[in-house]
Amino acid sequence: MPKETAVPLHAIISDSRDDILKEWIKAQLDDTSRSQAVPDASIKASSTEFFKLFERAISNGNISDIDRSEWEEVRHMLSDLSASRATQGSTPSETARFIFSMKQPLFARLTKDKSGPDAGAAVWELSLLLDKLGLYTTETFQKTRESIIKRQQKEMMEMSTPVIKVWDGLLAVPLIGTLDSARTQIVMETLLQKIIDTGSKLAILDITGVPTVDTQTAQHLMKTVSATRLMGAECIISGIRPQIAQTIVHLGIDINDIVTKASMADAIKEALARGGWTFEKQAENN
Amino acid sequence: MAVKSQEERPISSEEDILTVRNSVKRVTALLNFSLVNQTKIISAASELARNTLEHGKGGRSIIQLINDPDRVGIRIIFEDKGPGIADISQALEDGFTSGRGMGLGLGGAKRLMDDFQIESKENEGTTVTVTKWLEKN
Ligand SMILES: Nc1ncnc2c1ncn2[C@@H]1O[C@H](COP(=O)(O)OP(=O)(O)O)[C@@H](O)[C@H]1O
Ligand SMILES: [Mg+2]
Repeated sequence: MPKETAVPLHAIISDSRDDILKEWIKAQLDDTSRSQAVPDASIKASSTEFFKLFERAISNGNISDIDRSEWEEVRHMLSDLSASRATQGSTPSETARFIFSMKQPLFARLTKDKSGPDAGAAVWELSLLLDKLGLYTTETFQKTRESIIKRQQKEMMEMSTPVIKVWDGLLAVPLIGTLDSARTQIVMETLLQKIIDTGSKLAILDITGVPTVDTQTAQHLMKTVSATRLMGAECIISGIRPQIAQTIVHLGIDINDIVTKASMADAIKEALARGGWTFEKQAENN
Repeated sequence: MAVKSQEERPISSEEDILTVRNSVKRVTALLNFSLVNQTKIISAASELARNTLEHGKGGRSIIQLINDPDRVGIRIIFEDKGPGIADISQALEDGFTSGRGMGLGLGGAKRLMDDFQIESKENEGTTVTVTKWLEKN
C-alpha cells in the first residue's frame, strides 16, 4: 500500500480546482517563449482534460510511482499530447513546461494556509511527482521526434531515387546523394520492379549527383548492374565526370565490363540507337 | 613541416565517414586544390575512414593543414585501436580483402595521394597517414 501524503493533497486540490486550473492555463498562455505551434483553445482543452485525470490519479493516494495502474490514464494522455506536439512542431522545453507550469499554482495552494514541516513535505512530494511526469513527457516527445526523423529519412531516400520511363523499353535513374548500402537496396528494388512492370531492356544509371565515388560506391553500382542483367536487361552508367573517371582509374576499379557515357544525353542517344531509332532535325522552313 | 591548423573527427558510424569527407572537402577547397585533386583526396579519405570503421572497429581522423617553407598541403591521419594488420604488404596488394570489399582501398589511397605511411601492430591498432601537397602553378 503506497503511503498517504503528509497533507491530504487531493482534498486541497479539489477545494480550489477551478482556481488552480485557471492560473495554470494562464501561465501557459502568458509564457513569452511560446512558439504558437499550439493554439490557445487546445491548451485550454488539454489542460482541463489533464487536470481531471491528474486529480483522479492523486485521489488513489499514490503519488510516488507513476508506473502503477492508477496513473495509466495520465500517462496515456501525456504521451498522446507529447506526440501530437512533436508533430505540430513545438519545442521540447515548451512541451515539458506543460507539466512544470503546474508547480506554481499547486504549490501556492499547499503553502497558503499551512506552513511548517507538513506543507514542506507535501511540496517536496508533489515536486518529485511533477518532475517524473515532466520527464515522461519529454521522453515521449523525443521518441516521437526520432520516429518522425526515421520516417522522413526513408521518404527522402525513396523520393530521391525515382525511376523514370524515358522511352519504350528505356528507364533512367538519376542518382542524387551518397550511394550507401540502404540507398542501393532501394534503388535496386525500385529499378527491378520497374523493369518487370514496363518490360524495359535498358536502364541508364546517372551518377551526376553522386558527390564521391569510392570502392564501396563502385561495388554498389556493379551490384545494381549485375542484378539488372539477371533480369535480362542492360545498364548504361552516365554522368561520370572527368575527375571521377580519373579517381576510379587510380583506385584501380575495373569498369570495362560496363558501358559508360559522359552525360545522360549521350546515354539516351546510345540507347535509342540500340533500339533501332534514328532521329533527324526537321529543316527550318522560314 | 609545420601544422598550421587541425581538426579531429571521430569515426564510429557511417555518418561519421560523411562528416570526415565533408571536412576534407572543406579544407581542400580552402587550399584551392584543383577539382581533380579535391576529388582524389576525398575519395582516399573515404576509403581510409571506412577501413578505420570497418576493419579497425572505429577510431578517429585528424585533418591537418600543413606547410613547408615553399608549399602548403593537407595531411590526414587515421587512427584506430583495432586488431591491426598482420601482413602489411599483403593488405596493400590490389584485390586483397579480409572482408567483402574490393581490396582496393589501401593501394588506391596510396596512388591517389603524394605520400602514404602505414603503421600497424597486431592487437594494438593501425595508423595511416596520407599527405597531398598543393601543386604549384
Ligand atoms: N584500419 C585497419 N585495421 C585492420 N585491418 C585493416 C585496416 N585497414 C585495412 N585493413 C586490412 O587490409 C585489407 C585491405 O584493405 P583495403 O585495401 O581497404 O580493402 P577492403 O577494405 O576492401 O578489404 C582489409 O581487408 C583489412 O584486412
Ligand atoms: Mg577498404
